[in-house]
Amino acid sequence: MGEPAETSAAAVEFCNAGFCVDGRVILEEVSFRIEPGETLVLLGLSGAGKTTALKMVNGLLFPTSGEVLVEGRPTTAWDLIRLRRGIGYVIQDVGLFPHRTVAENVGLVPRLEGWPPERIAARTNELLEQVGLAPAEFLTRYPRQLSGGQRQRVGVARALAADPRLLLFDEPFGALDPVTRLDLQNQFLALRDRLHKTSIFVTHDVREALRLGSRIALFDRGRLETLATPDEFLKAPGPQTCAFLAVLGNQAEDASAIRADE
Amino acid sequence: MNRPDLFEDILQLTYEHFVLVLASMAIAAGIGIPFGILLTRHAAWRPWVLGFANVMQTIPSLALFGFLIPIPFIGGIGKRTAIVALVLYALLPLLRNTLVGILGVDPAVRESAVAMGMTGTQLLWQVELPLAAPTILAGVRVATVATIGAATIAAAIGGGGLGVFIFRGIASVDTTQILAGAIPAALLALISDGGLGWIEKRFSAV
Repeated sequence: MGEPAETSAAAVEFCNAGFCVDGRVILEEVSFRIEPGETLVLLGLSGAGKTTALKMVNGLLFPTSGEVLVEGRPTTAWDLIRLRRGIGYVIQDVGLFPHRTVAENVGLVPRLEGWPPERIAARTNELLEQVGLAPAEFLTRYPRQLSGGQRQRVGVARALAADPRLLLFDEPFGALDPVTRLDLQNQFLALRDRLHKTSIFVTHDVREALRLGSRIALFDRGRLETLATPDEFLKAPGPQTCAFLAVLGNQAEDASAIRADE
Repeated sequence: MNRPDLFEDILQLTYEHFVLVLASMAIAAGIGIPFGILLTRHAAWRPWVLGFANVMQTIPSLALFGFLIPIPFIGGIGKRTAIVALVLYALLPLLRNTLVGILGVDPAVRESAVAMGMTGTQLLWQVELPLAAPTILAGVRVATVATIGAATIAAAIGGGGLGVFIFRGIASVDTTQILAGAIPAALLALISDGGLGWIEKRFSAV
């Protein structure tokens, strides 16, 4: 991957961005750029600061030191409603509105943006097809009538609805069974190759990171230890990086054993 | 007192009772639900406001009516004082259920609503209130049934309603009079409970 010219604007840039609560450091001051079109995976154990970093991008949290730039502008200078409507957000617990149908959930941001109903309906149909759900069957269902995997597909469709400039994923497939997870990872790769959206993807699963990321940022207790492409990552020296890579070897055996059990 | 007279009185006092409860509940909901919403936004106010409503509820209702009589503007003898007392009495379930209902909304649902760029108003009206509606309505139901009962005591301070029969019956040791007040009040409570319960179910169907 070639170094981009210094003048080109990063999609997102962390500039000495740190976060502490009550004197406890959640994220040490970190600086890195996310280039347009890339998928950056934030990898780490729970408590490593990766979700905190993600939430600083769409203004759910603000850095307590330094700043986070989205399209060159600090998040503190953005109109938050505008910033968030341009950023898709997918979380592990999905967070679909239980009192709204699949169609209403997917069409939410377009509706907030005041699109005409015909355009919302067309967009909703198109998106459900893109995430592998037949519109005729699913449009009028409620979230409780869906499986976990179907719910997360709707979650992804909802995040894509208003054609956002940026997508954030917070362990979106973490609660799914291995088969469904693999299926959704493939769907993610297909969407990535078609849409070329800048994405930030949080996970604690090193296999998922290697499969999905164009670059991987490994966090350890609030510190950015490694930032590398998947190939470089496999040879990176940091202690936490080695710990994750060691898990990879064991996991290959364990994973097949677990699947055989089920 | 002959029978047609008694029947007419029952209708008249039941109507009075109903209006007393309706007015009190409308005012209590108009105060309790918005304040409940405010409490979800200002955690520091919660112990004070809920503490006040709690204390109001622990005062025996007859004593609460009595306390209000000497207070200027809101006190005195009559319907106005009765309504003030009933409103104070109904506040707690309304405040508490609004607070609990909204705080009970799944954090993931709230977080995605915020992250998708909903404004505070949109979050409240499109997400929090619809999802909290069954809980808030349960508060309205509990408060209404309690108010129907408490409103019988309003007669002690000249507030009218079915309590007039009950106090008159106690004074003259006349069971018929007591029942003429108690039975319609109980029916009113049962009907309100059933009707509001039905509405509550409709809201929680989704």
